[in-house]
Amino acid sequence: MLPLILEQTLNGLQYGLMLFLLAAGLTLVFGIMDLINLAHGSLYMIGAFIAAALFQQFQNFYLAVVLSILLTALLGALLERVLYRRLQTMSHLSQVLATFALILVANESIKIAFGGQPLSIELPASLSGTVNLMGEDLQYPLYRLLIIAVGLAVAIGLYVLVNKTRMGMWLRAGTSDRVMAATMGIRIQPLFTFIFALGAGLCALAGALLGPLLAVSVGMGEAILIPAFEVIVIGGIGSMRGALVGALLVGMIDSLGRLAMTGLLKSFAVSGAATLGATLASMLVSLLMVAVLFFRPSGLFPARD
Amino acid sequence: MTVLLRTEHLTKRFGGLVVTNDCDLEVTAGEIHALIGPNGAGKTTLLAQLSGELPSDGGRIAFRNRDITHEPVHHRVAAGIARSFQITTLFSRLTVRENLELAVQARTGHSFDLFRPVAREPELEQGAAEMAERVGLLEVFDRVVGTLSHGRQRTLELGLALACQPRLLLLDEPTAGTDPEESLRMGDLIQSLKGDHAVILVEHDMDAIFRLADRVSVLVAGQIVATGTPDDIRANPEVIRAYLGDGVED
Amino acid sequence: MSEPLPQPEKSATPLGTGLPSPWAALAIAILLAAYPLVMNALGQTFYIGLGSRVLILALAASALNLALGYGGMVSLGHAAFLGAGAYTAAILAGLGMNQAWVVLPSAFAAAAVLAGLTGAISLRTRGVYFIMITLAFAQLFYYLAVSLPSLGGDDGLPLTERSKLPGLRLENDLSFYYFVLGTAALVFFLLYRLVSSRFGRALVATRENERRMAAIGYPVFRIKLLAYTLSGGIAGLAGGLLANLSMGVTPHTLTWHQSGILLVMTILGGSGYFWGGLTGAAIFLVLEETISAYTEHWNLALGLLLLFIVLAAPNGVMSFTGFRRGEKA
Repeated sequence: MLPLILEQTLNGLQYGLMLFLLAAGLTLVFGIMDLINLAHGSLYMIGAFIAAALFQQFQNFYLAVVLSILLTALLGALLERVLYRRLQTMSHLSQVLATFALILVANESIKIAFGGQPLSIELPASLSGTVNLMGEDLQYPLYRLLIIAVGLAVAIGLYVLVNKTRMGMWLRAGTSDRVMAATMGIRIQPLFTFIFALGAGLCALAGALLGPLLAVSVGMGEAILIPAFEVIVIGGIGSMRGALVGALLVGMIDSLGRLAMTGLLKSFAVSGAATLGATLASMLVSLLMVAVLFFRPSGLFPARD
Repeated sequence: MTVLLRTEHLTKRFGGLVVTNDCDLEVTAGEIHALIGPNGAGKTTLLAQLSGELPSDGGRIAFRNRDITHEPVHHRVAAGIARSFQITTLFSRLTVRENLELAVQARTGHSFDLFRPVAREPELEQGAAEMAERVGLLEVFDRVVGTLSHGRQRTLELGLALACQPRLLLLDEPTAGTDPEESLRMGDLIQSLKGDHAVILVEHDMDAIFRLADRVSVLVAGQIVATGTPDDIRANPEVIRAYLGDGVED
Repeated sequence: MSEPLPQPEKSATPLGTGLPSPWAALAIAILLAAYPLVMNALGQTFYIGLGSRVLILALAASALNLALGYGGMVSLGHAAFLGAGAYTAAILAGLGMNQAWVVLPSAFAAAAVLAGLTGAISLRTRGVYFIMITLAFAQLFYYLAVSLPSLGGDDGLPLTERSKLPGLRLENDLSFYYFVLGTAALVFFLLYRLVSSRFGRALVATRENERRMAAIGYPVFRIKLLAYTLSGGIAGLAGGLLANLSMGVTPHTLTWHQSGILLVMTILGGSGYFWGGLTGAAIFLVLEETISAYTEHWNLALGLLLLFIVLAAPNGVMSFTGFRRGEKA
């Protein structure tokens, strides 16, 4: 039992940290630009596809990951320049519609470019082994541990960026009071472009890293978008700390909740307990978000007072 | 004189900051009761608590001997408390007529009467026209509010509150941003309310206050430090020290 | 009063925007009644089914329009109500209940109850939080439908036969169309009465300035909740009809993609305009039908069109018929 719990905890940590990579960009855009970007998940999908395509071209995993991050970040900056900048002054409804449209465009474009078939990324041999944990009781994939390490490194990096740098000071000022930040002489437009590029790059990082674990397919963006939104609402829109705590919370509920629910259902001899447990865990996350919105409408770590 | 409104130990906190602090206030029927105090004394917060927009953290509010501390805004309006806003808050894309008709409709009910067309209801139109005439907006009756001058928008602020037929009006700086002539007209309008309506008047224009008010309460740091006639207040050394200070010029 | 006041025929302000002229209603009714006869004469019977689909989704989009266009409540979760109605119809059919006069009111009631309960919680939040919480609720019901074996899981529930009316067989596409049209006509009539009533005025005024509405004595929360509940109910009714049209229901009806499509239809037609839902559903489905005949990438065209609409005509095509309303409804 204990190895199983540890395994699910690590899986939850891994999923949570990948969610954080998406949520970090989403919460910055949401908090600083007051912009709902439903197409954030599409950048994740695009990042994964670029990585997969580059991998098939060059058969080099590391090169594929790095290039996909750069290219997707560039795409993010471009989108900010031509589209998001104009959406920023529009109503939330217009933002929802336009970014919904962007999802449709992104999905179809990927279908046209790569066909409807899922792509795959193979791991280099050096990363495909397993590691023994708890003696010999749990053989955990090395690559998943690497994802956890990368996720933690990014989290620390973002913490330093937001709390220790001049850029971070601007970000925080922008989140708490946009008008004030502008009057303080912070050049807000380049800051927005940077935020978008950063967010897109983080999406691509998550997409490329998860590529070897999942099938890289159209629609993968929407599958992760809803949990990412739940993360930032739970954590508090605009709060980096909230995004991290929310992401880990959602990751843990998803994996441990799934374990618990499946076990519970099996003990009642319910058929199809595994899939049922998984969807019940997803429901738990939605429920948590509803509860947070009801009792603490600005999230667990409100960015503004 | 009958007491219309009484607050006891009324309190409001924002986080650790106590904005309304153990506030006791009494307003009698038909009087114009000015509320003065330095910036940040909590005047607008107190009005919001009285109107029900902000919940109170402690103490109670009694209106016509009934505890309304936990009543929602629309119940308080029905009981006879209406307010105007310091920052103009109107249906700016609707006409003066429609603004006033909405207020009349709220008073006369049937807003949950789902399937009866309202387009020509003489009752609404008449009530709106009467109010427009009373506050002097009849000539712009069918103009869209957003296109009116600031002074007229301030007048409509008052008109909307008045259309609720309140016993107590909470007026938050009704002359804010108006020119001297408009201010005088607004003053006359407020003067004409005396007797029929009690008014709590938040105002910065001291001349207007001493001209209009029957009584004045001084709010400092969320507490009423003195209440009295304008002459009492002018003479009260504590008030002069706490608030008026060197603001008294003549 | 010194002089009699001229009463404008129809208000040109937002209070009048949502009120249609009776002539438009008459023209639309004649058009819709004649449509299947024309298609029959042309031998294009396929388009009769498409017509039923347009009417059903017009109901759903008009339901959303009531909440969004008239009430200013941006719901990204109306698929939940559409689905609730559809599942109600399918469940009742599974229990052997096929009488339309039971099935459709039940679909309405189930969705209205759901909307009332979730709305009571959601309407305590504002702005983006409202968008997010309606989305979360819809996801909740999606997961529920996928995971509950009694709701058929991923496969959903089939309908073995269409609902019946005494003396009328709805298996036939033509009679089903007229049944849908009759239902839609009734709903549109009631909706018309609703938006032109005191309640309708209060709802639009709440959208315009909620704070002022509260200050002049309106119970704004109850006004919004009632509108949201009715909106959910009408969407549920549309769902009940949709299950009949498609002979079943799948969890796809509950996806947030579906909620997005309903939003798109409403905006396409013109949010806050009475015929916005109908216009939007018709444009959407006809475009889908036409473009899909040429390319499998209809969604690309839709996405680009939608981007164009948002950037160039944020109030939908209905806004070209009258004056432009301001942005930020």
